[in-house]
Amino acid sequence: MLFAAKSGHAAGPLGMADIFATLYFNVLRHNPEKPHWIDRDRLVVSNGHICPVLYASLARAGYFPISELKTYRQFGSRLQGHPNHLELPGVENSSGPLGQGCSEAVGMALSLKLQGSSSEVYCIASDGEHNEGQVWEAVMSAAKYKLHNLAVIIDRNNIQIDGYTEDIMPLNSLKAKYEAFNWHVIEIDGHNFREIIEACEMAKAIYEKPVAIIAHTIPGKGVDFMQWKPEWHGKAPTAAEARLAIRELRSLGGRVKRDED
Amino acid sequence: MQEKDILPTVPMRDGFGEALLELGHKNKDVVVLTADLEESTRANLFADAFPNRFFELGVAEQNMMGIATGMALTGKIPFVCSFAVFSPGRSWDQLRVGVCYSKANVKVIGGHTGFSAGGDGATHQALEDIAITRCLPNLAVVSPANARQAYQAVFAIAQHAGPVYLRISRSAPYHLTGTLTHELTKDKFEFGKAQVLKKGKDVTLFATGLMVAEALIAAEQLSKDGIDAEVLNIHTIKPLDDEAVLASLQKTGAAVTIEEHQRAGGLGSAILEVIAGKVTIPIELIGVADHFGETGDPAQLAAKHGLTSAKMVKAAHKVIGEKTCRTMIFC
Repeated sequence: MLFAAKSGHAAGPLGMADIFATLYFNVLRHNPEKPHWIDRDRLVVSNGHICPVLYASLARAGYFPISELKTYRQFGSRLQGHPNHLELPGVENSSGPLGQGCSEAVGMALSLKLQGSSSEVYCIASDGEHNEGQVWEAVMSAAKYKLHNLAVIIDRNNIQIDGYTEDIMPLNSLKAKYEAFNWHVIEIDGHNFREIIEACEMAKAIYEKPVAIIAHTIPGKGVDFMQWKPEWHGKAPTAAEARLAIRELRSLGGRVKRDED
Repeated sequence: MQEKDILPTVPMRDGFGEALLELGHKNKDVVVLTADLEESTRANLFADAFPNRFFELGVAEQNMMGIATGMALTGKIPFVCSFAVFSPGRSWDQLRVGVCYSKANVKVIGGHTGFSAGGDGATHQALEDIAITRCLPNLAVVSPANARQAYQAVFAIAQHAGPVYLRISRSAPYHLTGTLTHELTKDKFEFGKAQVLKKGKDVTLFATGLMVAEALIAAEQLSKDGIDAEVLNIHTIKPLDDEAVLASLQKTGAAVTIEEHQRAGGLGSAILEVIAGKVTIPIELIGVADHFGETGDPAQLAAKHGLTSAKMVKAAHKVIGEKTCRTMIFC
């Protein structure tokens, strides 16, 4: 997708692939045939730039044809550079400017709670995004209204566009910060399916507070030359790099023999 | 308070607050949000009657706009109430992407607009809000003339499916000849339609908000000078009633606009955008000329910046003069 688009973000989506796969194929209550089903769980993506992994998940889940993925960032495509809620089925919110999705998720959880709905709201946010003051405004308000139906999954990959998060604007302990705001915090390995599922189950069970799931992830996961590299936050691979990356991902870093080898 | 009980001296925000309360009874999907300005925006009337549908979000306008978006995307009709300088002033990005790009059914209520924040000074006087809302796709912009019209507008914007910015003043019209405005605005508010308050043939006076009263006073004065002015209340600045604007100008051939807002980007600009390439007429734009406000009595401040009927009369004479002059040259 990124190679075809010649732009986009590489590291974040790879680091979040395990979480998106778990959400769309295990955790979320949803129906790709009925994207507006009123009792569905909502997945709000606050850091819209990781949309390649959202689009890939939606297509694999059946919201639109997989072949459409190659139109990402192309003129006339429904797969905009940052997600557009009105155009693409399954996209719950338009997103791009960071921090906004957090508030929107709070609004959805508040409204669903008011309606007595049993739907759960999951919000994906990045660690760098926590530089935005709006995130903390949202965090305060979710605690005020005791939004038990809200879980924020934080992609703690320690990079952002200009470098390492702790160099750009130190976040220090997100756990301590969220706890100080009266949230329930769970820390997990964001590449361990069991831990992801258990954390989401736990989030539903916690009744008095909103839940923050701090998912420690590896940016560029699965592609040796992208892993842990801030420079891969916001760029697309060349043809040769894309070939190498796909081969690595499909062979689990050379551990699995494939016919093409 | 019913609509009929709203007197000409009632501040616009009171008409808004009463209507919101009434709307709360009629539509259970309406929710109201505020950022620590419950009483100042008159959202308190709704809050007292419907505590479960009222959300006090503290001094955090960006989050408030985002929450409203989320609520609208799950079927509610949120009314987001604050001072216009803060919302949409501070929450513009959230309005642009969350609300407008997604066509979320959010109603943004900007209070204390124009000079009506008076004593609070320049920081609290919204003179740029029309410009920053008018430019956003999918967003309608409504600016009532007085308390009665604000009352009517609340129901009209709730009916309109999609994002709306409603411009509210803390005051009643600055001159008590506002009685005339009050009488003339009793007709039902029609969203998207210009309101012809007085028919005329020599010059068109376009006004919005509290300045509608000034335009009516100017028209009275002009009639004493033997000039038959047409007065249009542009309560819906977007979508603008192009048809009515052009029809009036084709008849009168000269125009003056007035607004309690910067000249840049407001009603005057909107009128110019409509007429560009369609009609060529002499036109004068009255508004704040690239200045900040200051502490003072609202009427006094409006006068200092030339937002008066007297300035309108002068401008009307000028454009009529130019019209006659052009006729002579081309004939």
